[in-house]
Amino acid sequence: MGQTNWLSELGRFFLVLLLQVLLLNHIRLFGYINPYFYIYFIILYPLTGNRTLLILLSFLLGFGVDLFSDTGGVHAAAAVFIGWARPLFLKFSFGVSYQYNTIKVPSAPLQQQLIYVVSIVFTHHLLLFSLEAFASRHWALILSNTLSSSLFTSLLIMGAFYLFSTKNK
Amino acid sequence: MQQIIDFFIRNKNFLLFALLFVIALQRTRSAHSFHQTRYFGSTHAISGAFLNWKASLTNYLDLMEQNELLAQENKTLRAQLLNPINTLGKGSVSEPYHFDHVALHSAKVINNNFHKTKNQLTLDQGRLDGITLDMGVLSPQGVIGIVTHVSDHYALVQSILNTQSRIVAKFQKSQHFGTLVWEGRDPGAMQLLEIPKIAPIAIGDTLVTDGRSTIFPEGLPIGRVVALTQETSNDYYTITVAPFTDMTSIKHVYTVQRNDALEILTLEQTGEDGTN
Repeated sequence: MGQTNWLSELGRFFLVLLLQVLLLNHIRLFGYINPYFYIYFIILYPLTGNRTLLILLSFLLGFGVDLFSDTGGVHAAAAVFIGWARPLFLKFSFGVSYQYNTIKVPSAPLQQQLIYVVSIVFTHHLLLFSLEAFASRHWALILSNTLSSSLFTSLLIMGAFYLFSTKNK
Repeated sequence: MQQIIDFFIRNKNFLLFALLFVIALQRTRSAHSFHQTRYFGSTHAISGAFLNWKASLTNYLDLMEQNELLAQENKTLRAQLLNPINTLGKGSVSEPYHFDHVALHSAKVINNNFHKTKNQLTLDQGRLDGITLDMGVLSPQGVIGIVTHVSDHYALVQSILNTQSRIVAKFQKSQHFGTLVWEGRDPGAMQLLEIPKIAPIAIGDTLVTDGRSTIFPEGLPIGRVVALTQETSNDYYTITVAPFTDMTSIKHVYTVQRNDALEILTLEQTGEDGTN
């Protein structure tokens, strides 16, 4: 059980990375809106999994995306932040009960699911676009990019939940 | 001692996070500095080879369009060959290019972005192919950027669609010059600064490179004025410029280097040293 779980996590890691750099980096809806779907991995990482490993993997994932989009370390910074802060988002969305291993994110009530996904995506994107612009005078651009891309990414992630979790119901 | 070890074990997650976060910020900061000899990104051997492989797969998708662009360029060049006086003597470009003063390389774009605030392109040619820092980069239609990082086999170009890009541009007909910048978002709208209101300019005017910078030779096309407003608060126009190149689909580019750049820079350097 533990072994297959570990393998499927590894597979998902590389799948979202490839999907992001090969396909999603080139979507550019209306010219500038891009989804950053790769954080799906961080969102779906097992709730009981090793936290230290999640922080390390989040960094590597962001680093990989940075490498292919020439963004320095902005994806790595934003990803490692949400990887580290994930328990806060979980507590905020699902209450303390998430610690008792009773919750599966893709089959949780829609409202809690939405709060969890949107808050984590928004935080990641806000950090991402702020670091990318690297100057506060672009704040209007940062905010509008954050909002439009967050919407897009959240939609994709919620869609992926429903696509891949039908057997759980 | 035991307490220190305990402290590290208890806070290992936060410490790991803090360490990785600082590393990421450091990489961000160094990617923002203009000149960087040690750079780790799309020009790195592994990611460069990967992008090259990806470009070789996707290149087939828009061959028709790219062929059309190259054919149009050939047409323009042939027209210039056949009518040397008509085309080269036109406008206020003082002299035709001296080809022995300009070194050209052709290169392929293997990675291109234009939806961020700091956009860059990756070329499939590098130091071993003769690409050096500060070379200008042209598409068949006009200027697209400046080489900022070079590895052995790849080069990174700061696109004109980069909020840090500053290109000196002048009007083809009036010799007034200003700085061309990009404020983000729209790949078809750049801003030309520092053009005084007394300059006789109009919508539709063509902007070309100015020979004053040592990066581009004089008179290469950049873009066209699409909007023009006069602010009451200062003496300058607010000018919006559309680049001639469609920055969203670039495949074949040229790098140019002025062979006299070193001579000019050395001369200016000695001039400064002498007066100080």
